[in-house]
Amino acid sequence: MTESLTLPLPERLARVPFLAEALLLAIAAAMFFLLPYSLGFLTRVLILMVLVLSIDLLLGFAGIATLGQAAMYGAGAYAAGLFAIHVWADPLAGLVVGAAAGAALALLSGLVLMRAQGLTLIMLTIAVAQICMEIANKARGVTGGSDGLRGIRMDPVLGLFEFDFIGQTGYWYALAVLAAVFLLLRLVTRSAFGLSLRGIHDSPARMTAIGTPVYGRRVAAYALAGAIAGIAGALTAQVTQLVSPEVFAFTLSAEALIMLVLGGTGRLIGGIIGVAIFMTVHHTAAAHDPFNWLFVIGAMVLGVVFFVPGGLVSLPARLRGLMGRAL
Amino acid sequence: MSLTLNILVDGIAYGMILFIIAVGLSVTMGLMRVINLAHGGFALIGGAFAHWLTMAQGVGFWVALPLAILGTVLVALPLERLLYRRIYGFGELQQVLATIGITFLMIATVNLWLGSSLLQIRLPEGLGQPVDLGFRTLPMHRIVVIGAGLAVMAGLWLVLDRTGFGMRLRAAVDNRATAASLGIDTGRIFALAFCLGAGLAAFGGILGAELLPVDAYYPLRYMVLFLIVVAVGGMGSILGSFAAALGLGILETASRYLVPDFGTIFFFACVIALLALRPRGLMGRLT
Repeated sequence: MTESLTLPLPERLARVPFLAEALLLAIAAAMFFLLPYSLGFLTRVLILMVLVLSIDLLLGFAGIATLGQAAMYGAGAYAAGLFAIHVWADPLAGLVVGAAAGAALALLSGLVLMRAQGLTLIMLTIAVAQICMEIANKARGVTGGSDGLRGIRMDPVLGLFEFDFIGQTGYWYALAVLAAVFLLLRLVTRSAFGLSLRGIHDSPARMTAIGTPVYGRRVAAYALAGAIAGIAGALTAQVTQLVSPEVFAFTLSAEALIMLVLGGTGRLIGGIIGVAIFMTVHHTAAAHDPFNWLFVIGAMVLGVVFFVPGGLVSLPARLRGLMGRAL
Repeated sequence: MSLTLNILVDGIAYGMILFIIAVGLSVTMGLMRVINLAHGGFALIGGAFAHWLTMAQGVGFWVALPLAILGTVLVALPLERLLYRRIYGFGELQQVLATIGITFLMIATVNLWLGSSLLQIRLPEGLGQPVDLGFRTLPMHRIVVIGAGLAVMAGLWLVLDRTGFGMRLRAAVDNRATAASLGIDTGRIFALAFCLGAGLAAFGGILGAELLPVDAYYPLRYMVLFLIVVAVGGMGSILGSFAAALGLGILETASRYLVPDFGTIFFFACVIALLALRPRGLMGRLT
């Protein structure tokens, strides 16, 4: 205890449990009052954070590179949308259905995909998302084809909070779900299961040698990440009340991955920061000139990959390292 | 009978284009172990040069073609020296991200230069004509494309199998460290192979503009297709790429003719099944 008091201030702060999370939550609450007319955009940011967290579980913890997480996101969106239209319009039940759909698709495809590595794996994840998009396009009778799934009307959240036009309920609802997913992932990544994933990330061969069922763990991680991506998709369907085949788009998978790497993989907070910065830059750059947005994102990706490979969360430590060397 | 022949001719022509564009990707992947998602970007740059030359400058197609390929190589060379050289050493994920970044920059540049509409390339009169082969007529364009694909295959075989450069390249693909220790300048081999791949991509992009229309978003739209050819064929295998490109070309054309509603689904399902059975592709070597 006395030893930790002698540490410099940043390190001491880093040991306070949930300090960063509480700060982010406070910022999210402040945003609600600061930008009351951009709630739609802010809600989209929160939903993307859920999606990016699911990729962080795969990439940052289990070391599974994917460019097809949109498949599970889209499956969750369609499942939640169809469930709300045909069965029951309760939002929380919809989330469960979305999670189940994402997990089912991930489990099914994961049984095949998790046998592959490297380029083949990346290809297969893309292919699964493309197939889903084709099915959503072609199954017009069920999904509405390229016009999208319309007519989603949600009941109030918990029977108390009605969804409104400005998106106030949607914002708090998405924030609550994000917080719940974050806590869940924090528990999972610190459990024995999460530690075994980290081991697989570092050396699958050694994990096999000490008796870990590597393939099974990878499939389980893929299914869990699929469930979380499904929740993100279900949130989109419920808040925007529209689902189009674009939910399966490759650019969504790619941008989500870029956001994660921008923030830093392997730390849940990295994904959150990455999405926040990416979407802020996107919002400002695209507002100025939507066509040249690709210049900004391209340069941003190259800058991170070349100069800050650990992502932005690694910046303070790196800067301290530089200062230490300079002194 | 006529349907089968149509499928075969269109499928083979389509496969040849895929082969010409993707073979460079396969070689660079096998050689430098770099996952280059920006490869289709070189086909786009070639197509953009050809569009600008034939439409805005009024240059004839057969003059514009080599000029556009040369222009693409001149873009590829500094890119290799400045950016790719550093990307070779990255992990798989960083490579994917860095080359996606490069793809975005290529798209934005072409978009800024020529806009986001379709980049038409004016073909010479002769290419549009049907040709009577005695037993049936075929569009001249398809015949030229198939001929070009065979010529590229033969040319690559000659270069790789019969020249000193080819020998050094194969040595570098087999074992880079050993090749370097034997005094082979692998850096130069990489640069040459990269430029060769970029030039072939430009060639395929221009020649195939009828089948795969060129616009600014070309590299993203067809990226998956080119990567699938490489993944199915096996990285670094030219014969594998050839077989995979032809097979996939015929498969996709056939599924579009026969099951138009589910063509893409059927196509991707076949690819997944194949990669699940043979994760290293048809002719991939064990590494």
